[in-house]
Amino acid sequence: MQLTSKLLVAAAKVISGYTVRWKDSTPDTCQRIYFANHTSHLDALVLWAGLPNDVRQLTRPVAAKDYWEKGWLRRHVASAFNALLIDRREVKVHQSPVDLMIREMDDKYSLIIFPEGSRNAKEEMNKFKSGLYYLAKKRPDLELVPVYLDNMNRILPRGEVLPVPLLSNITIGAPIWLEHGESKQQFLSRAREAIIKLRDDEE
Amino acid sequence: MLLKILSPFVFGFLEQTRDFILPFDEPTAWLIAAVMVLLIIGSFIGKLLERSSEERFNSAIVRSFNQRIRSWWLMCAILIAGLVIGKTGTVVLFGLIAFWALREFITMTPTRRGDHRALFWVLVVFTPLQFVLVGIHDDHQLFKVILPLLAALFVPTRIALANDEKRYLERSAKILIGILICVYALSFAPALLYLDIKTFVDGSEELWNDNNNKEKGLLFFFVLITQLNDVLQFGWGKLIGRNVIADRINTSRTLEGVIGAAASSALLGALFSWVTPFAFWQAAVIAVVISICGFAGGITMSAIKRDRGVKDFGTLIQGHAGILDRIDSLCFAAPVFYFVIEIFFT
Repeated sequence: MQLTSKLLVAAAKVISGYTVRWKDSTPDTCQRIYFANHTSHLDALVLWAGLPNDVRQLTRPVAAKDYWEKGWLRRHVASAFNALLIDRREVKVHQSPVDLMIREMDDKYSLIIFPEGSRNAKEEMNKFKSGLYYLAKKRPDLELVPVYLDNMNRILPRGEVLPVPLLSNITIGAPIWLEHGESKQQFLSRAREAIIKLRDDEE
Repeated sequence: MLLKILSPFVFGFLEQTRDFILPFDEPTAWLIAAVMVLLIIGSFIGKLLERSSEERFNSAIVRSFNQRIRSWWLMCAILIAGLVIGKTGTVVLFGLIAFWALREFITMTPTRRGDHRALFWVLVVFTPLQFVLVGIHDDHQLFKVILPLLAALFVPTRIALANDEKRYLERSAKILIGILICVYALSFAPALLYLDIKTFVDGSEELWNDNNNKEKGLLFFFVLITQLNDVLQFGWGKLIGRNVIADRINTSRTLEGVIGAAASSALLGALFSWVTPFAFWQAAVIAVVISICGFAGGITMSAIKRDRGVKDFGTLIQGHAGILDRIDSLCFAAPVFYFVIEIFFT
């Protein structure tokens, strides 16, 4: 398993040629939620691979169960990068994704999530789903770290199987928290703005 | 006494391992050694400048000097490693460099969703294919024709099949330029190793590189002249440059810089002619040709960068200096140098 994850990191580096930029934040093993824009199946893998080794060991990407449980290879890959698989179709009351995430995080793991829900083919980011808000509300101690993934939609866009090995950028910004008295909509749009700001600063 | 007994063994050992230690012929080894010494001196000067940069020198220039020295070390190490491994190793290394350069190029130029499949073919299939063709030296004509044809015929077809007519011509042109400059043109550099070069000695023809690794020296000579020429152009331009050639493309390329660099490259070419099959004057003329091609490469890449609004390919991806910035002159000079040799020396 250790070998597979090493290979995954190498493969992610070769395919996406990523450079990581920590902007107003530093790598830390404290519990965090990394939330990023979502345009490609490679997003979770690349962001996970881009973290420093010790942080990566404690970080689990949240991924769609329907995609990652299909076939032996995907299952193997998902368990190698310690993915937390969420069932997008059957959301039960006592088994809501947010509860599951909080349970699985324990007091040790950080998560990578994509609040847009599914991959986005447009220029602009979709509206955020509310999961991020509930995570922030139930665990106010977590650092919510915005991440902008650049160029991933060109490397493996929606609907393609074979990646084109271009170069990409991972920009990791300063953490945000749920402010006192902030409404769900306000918070979610502020989180979305945080990613957009990282993108604009880059250009 | 002991020395007397040991010395035949030592000499015998040296004689035996000579081929193993020196995969180059002697002149090339000396040239490489000289370059290494210069690089060590350069690094040392760079360190000194860094320390005293606060007051006396422009720190941006010092930084770019140090960066250049570093990338030369890397280039030198890569080139020597490749040459030590052998011809195939060199071809593979140049293939990797071309792949990375094309990657930088495509990353910088915007493409549309419809180009994805064409880009896959270009980066993952055609680029390695070209260098495989260079390495297969049974039929040494194939690598000169296959890639331009694929680029001109296959790429536009594949983009058309993607059913997206927006800026079609522009998109095809971008990929075409990328593959021709970064891959096709560069592949002529390692192809030099497979030429059977002939020289005239006392009126009779003689094979110059007859299993003696001399062609490695020729490749090293070529890379050395292009790299030095880059610096000379910049240096002469800074010193006496008045007439900027194309101020909207690049303000540091001046007529004086180009002429000064061509003249001093000619001197350097003549100076290093002992690793080549050329006579003094031939080496000088060829160095001038390389110098002008290098200028063409630099100004073309500047134009592309200006069009895209980036300063250099290095700023695109933080933390590494863009490969394309370093090899642009190499790409343009390689095919010309190759054909000069093929026409006049084989």
